[in-house]
Parts: sequence; C-alpha cells; structure tokens
Amino acid sequence: MATPTLEKTDGGAEPGFADSPYITVTFRVRRFNPEVSAEAEWQDFTFEMDPKERVLDGLHKIKWDLDGTLTFRRSCAHGICGSDAMRINGKNRLACKTLIKDISPEKPITIEPIKGLTVLKDLVVDMEPFFQAYRDVMPFLITKDTNEPTRERLQSAEDRERFDDTTKCILCAACTSSCPVFWNDGQYFGPAAIVNAHRFIFDSRDEAGEQRLEILNDRDGVWRCRTTFNCTDACPRGIEITKAIQEVKRALITRRI
Amino acid sequence: MSNNVAKTDSTASGIGPVEGTPLYSVDNPAPVIEPPRKRTKKTGRATRGNFELYAWLFMRLSGVVLVVLVIGHLLVQLVLDGGVSKISFAFVAGRWASPFWQVWDLLMLWLAMLHGTIGLRTIINDYAERANTRVWLKGLLYTATVFTILLGTLVIFTFDPNIR
Repeated sequence: MATPTLEKTDGGAEPGFADSPYITVTFRVRRFNPEVSAEAEWQDFTFEMDPKERVLDGLHKIKWDLDGTLTFRRSCAHGICGSDAMRINGKNRLACKTLIKDISPEKPITIEPIKGLTVLKDLVVDMEPFFQAYRDVMPFLITKDTNEPTRERLQSAEDRERFDDTTKCILCAACTSSCPVFWNDGQYFGPAAIVNAHRFIFDSRDEAGEQRLEILNDRDGVWRCRTTFNCTDACPRGIEITKAIQEVKRALITRRI
Repeated sequence: MSNNVAKTDSTASGIGPVEGTPLYSVDNPAPVIEPPRKRTKKTGRATRGNFELYAWLFMRLSGVVLVVLVIGHLLVQLVLDGGVSKISFAFVAGRWASPFWQVWDLLMLWLAMLHGTIGLRTIINDYAERANTRVWLKGLLYTATVFTILLGTLVIFTFDPNIR
C-alpha cells in the first residue's frame, strides 16, 4: 500500500543494445558514528543503478563496493522480517519494498534512520523501547483454563476475520516511528503495540482482552492517539492501523460506560 | 589570567588539546542521539483509572454541544437584529434578565473553558519534553482555567443591571 509496485512502461525509451537501463542515482544517507564524531551528517553516494531495483540494492552497492562502513539492518530482504524500515525521502518505508523508480530518482534520495528511537550507528536504531511496549501489551494467547488443552482451539471463519488485518504486522516499527506523539514522548505505547494488542483483544479464543484493554486505558495508551493517520500511511503491510486503534477505543468506551 | 582559565576550560570540557587527535575513538565513543522520554520496563505502571477515557469522551461530546452554542451565540450577538452595533451594556443586561440566556452562557463558559483546557493539556503533554516544564505549564493552565471559570460564573449569577 505504501509502496506502489505497478510497472509503468517508458513511452520514450527505444529498445536496443545501446540503451542501458542504468541511471545515475544519488543516495543522501544520514551517517552517524559515535566512534568518530558526536554529530550526524549527510553523505552523498552517486552511482549507476537500474531504476527497477530497490533502495536496499542501492544500500548493498554502497556497502559492498563504495563504503563498507555504512551500517544498516536487513535480514530476509523480501519485506517479511521487518528489519530494514527506514526513512526514505522523508517517509517511513521498507528499503526492500521500495523501488528506485517510484521515489523520483532524478533528485537525491534521502535515507535516514527511523525517528524517535536512539540512533546507534548510521541507520541502526535501538529497538528496545519499541519491543518493551510490545511486551507490555502481552502479545500471546492467555486462557483461564489452566489445564493442558486436549484438542485444538477451534474458531469460526468469521471470528478469525475479525482480527485478520492486525495479524499481518511484522514489527518493523515503521508505524510507531512515524507517529508524532511517539517522537515527542517515547512513553506512548505506539501504533505497533496497539495493533498487536488488537490482534488478541478481538481473538475469540483469547480470554485476557479485559486485561489488555486495562493496560491500553492508561495515560500512555490509546487515548494519546491523535488520529493523524501517519501510521496507516507508513505501514508496509497496508494494515489499517488507525482503524484498529479506533476499535480499541470503542471497545473501551462500550465496556466501561 | 584569562589565558589560564580558557586552557582549564578546554581540558575540562573534553575538547582535544592536541591538534589532529580525534575526539572520539572506539574506546571513547560519543554519546548516542537519544529521543525524549524513552519507554523502559518501569513505564506504564502508574494507572489513573478511567480519567483519560473520560477526558477523551468529554472532548467529543462538548465539541458537538459547543458547535450549537457558539454558532448560536455568534448569530445572536453579531448577525441577527442589527448586527454588532447593537451590543451595549443594556443589550447584555437585557439578555441576562432571562434565565435561558443565563444558562446558555454558563454552559458555554464551562464547556468552552474545559474543552480548551483539556486540549491545551494534550498539547503540553505532547510537546513539553522536560518533566519540570510540563508541571509548570500545566499549573499555569489550571490556575488560569479555574480563575476564568469562577469569575465568569460569579458575574453571570451576581450581575446587577442597575450598577452605576
């Protein structure tokens, strides 16, 4: 949703051996290395690249061929592990799902670490506060029945559909680090934690919904959401995050009053 | 003397005295760039019941009521029956002779003040980084709110049209 991938045919380009698919791109990367300087600064890398490649391929080119000190996270490189969320041209995206041709490569492409988390080096941030918020909403199945289950916990297709959208989260932190409330106050749970709470609150098999709602009713919980929709725009999985937060709010209101 | 002081200062603040020596190294890294108020294991333990819920709900409900009250107020004061030029002491005195307008103005005063206060409180919570700044700004806000609400209420109930 955040990264349109529809191929557009180049009207002007003639097919032929002389035509190279490569274009010159400039990556303007926010560099920070505490072992060298206390200041973060921009560094430009200019190189040839196929516009149908991804931003991650460009970062690989820099790291492997131009400057081996560039530091960033990536694991699967196919949009599932959620390691390489970064701020590309001012928007939070996954580097492995963003094609060069979709982000106007004629201008320098700015690449920064995601905001609101401690920058450790270059594009690597400390994710611990993010995962702390995730742990705080208890993202696991809780049942009152203490006996070991003797059969599968069955669920109807409709019940599964209720929370289907929020099961897609890959914990890349693109949403949480796009939230202006989180930028200014890291104590806010952030959209990702609320999405994962939503996944269990609306699961018919789970029995600790009330407990999770109580946690999110807190000062730093859902009521700090300003409905700015930054999280929904940022989510590389297209989860309707603001809607999920709204549903948690509604559940709190209907249960408490 | 001044030379001496400058020298001591530069050593104390860690600015390298030898030219060409890097300030930071592997063993002596610079402080990392930290965001304001990080979440830790201790965060979110103090709960305040349903206060945030009621505040959020109050904003929505009072907003709806205020749309009617404020637009009505503006129409009566500024548009209908001669416009803004009709407003005078006598006009206000005449309006407050009726309990309907007394209740209207009282409701508008309380709702608008509380609505604005909760909204500003949200902004302070969002943007004031240091705990001390928050406490002072919110203290100022609540004082101003209480003062305005009490004064306004007092005037509405004790208004004397024959005052000279």
